[in-house]
Amino acid sequence: MNELHFLWPLAGGLLIGLSAALYLLFAGRIAGITGMTATVVGLVDGGSWSPARTQALGFLGGAVLGAGLAIAFVREPEIIITPSLGLLVLGGLLVGFGTRLGSGCTSGHGVCGLARLSPRSIVATITFMVVAALTVFVVRHVLQGVV
Amino acid sequence: MLNRTLLAVFCGILFGAGIAVSDMLNPARVLAFLDVAGAWDPTLAFVMGGALIPSAASYLIKKRMAAPILDKRFHVPTNRTIDTPLVAGGAIFGVGWGLVGLCPGPVVAALVTLKWEIIVFAIAMIVGMAAYGYLPQRRAKVAA
Repeated sequence: MNELHFLWPLAGGLLIGLSAALYLLFAGRIAGITGMTATVVGLVDGGSWSPARTQALGFLGGAVLGAGLAIAFVREPEIIITPSLGLLVLGGLLVGFGTRLGSGCTSGHGVCGLARLSPRSIVATITFMVVAALTVFVVRHVLQGVV
Repeated sequence: MLNRTLLAVFCGILFGAGIAVSDMLNPARVLAFLDVAGAWDPTLAFVMGGALIPSAASYLIKKRMAAPILDKRFHVPTNRTIDTPLVAGGAIFGVGWGLVGLCPGPVVAALVTLKWEIIVFAIAMIVGMAAYGYLPQRRAKVAA
């Protein structure tokens, strides 16, 4: 994997934070991707079409567009995905179920929740960070190539 | 309503661009951050640190506002209870994140690459989200 100058993640992080800040101050909402994804695919409020759903669709569509613009005009990313098909499916199922059960992910709990010192978000963020690091440790250093 | 939708698109563009610029589209980069016993890569810490600066500032500004600029009220969660679903959900999410290195924000942004691995992961993630709706206590809560 290429070396990456720290100014890239810092600049990208500032953009993500600016996005969350403007969304809060203008729309009054948390920029949480879990909640928005569940809303867009109709898993919230019985799947009725609400203004919140249109907004969530706009945000997620914008995110796809924004990533495309950055890839086209700023920097070409290196995307290395090594897990097998089975692990991709298992990982996706766990991420989807877990983020809904725990009411958020890296954006909602991490970027928005930590910023307002929400006790729930602090506990959630520590939990998923520690468990994810333990998972990587087990896969890479205990099982080593078994999965 | 139109204004709020346009704002959401604009904020989404900033978000997606931020994910791409910070290299969070690359699951190998995320896994290298999580691999504290290996060749540790601090990238994600800079992303989080950078993101928290404007986000924290916005909550300080919010304290002086009665309502957001384009809506009648704020829709920020007020629940402060630490409960089992919160911790269990965080742990389950952590296992999935650690297995693949993808979380919901980068998955959505990375759809633009049309890579089959991203599409498979996104479909599985939505199925996992839908499965949550079938939890017994979840159904009871919806009914009540």
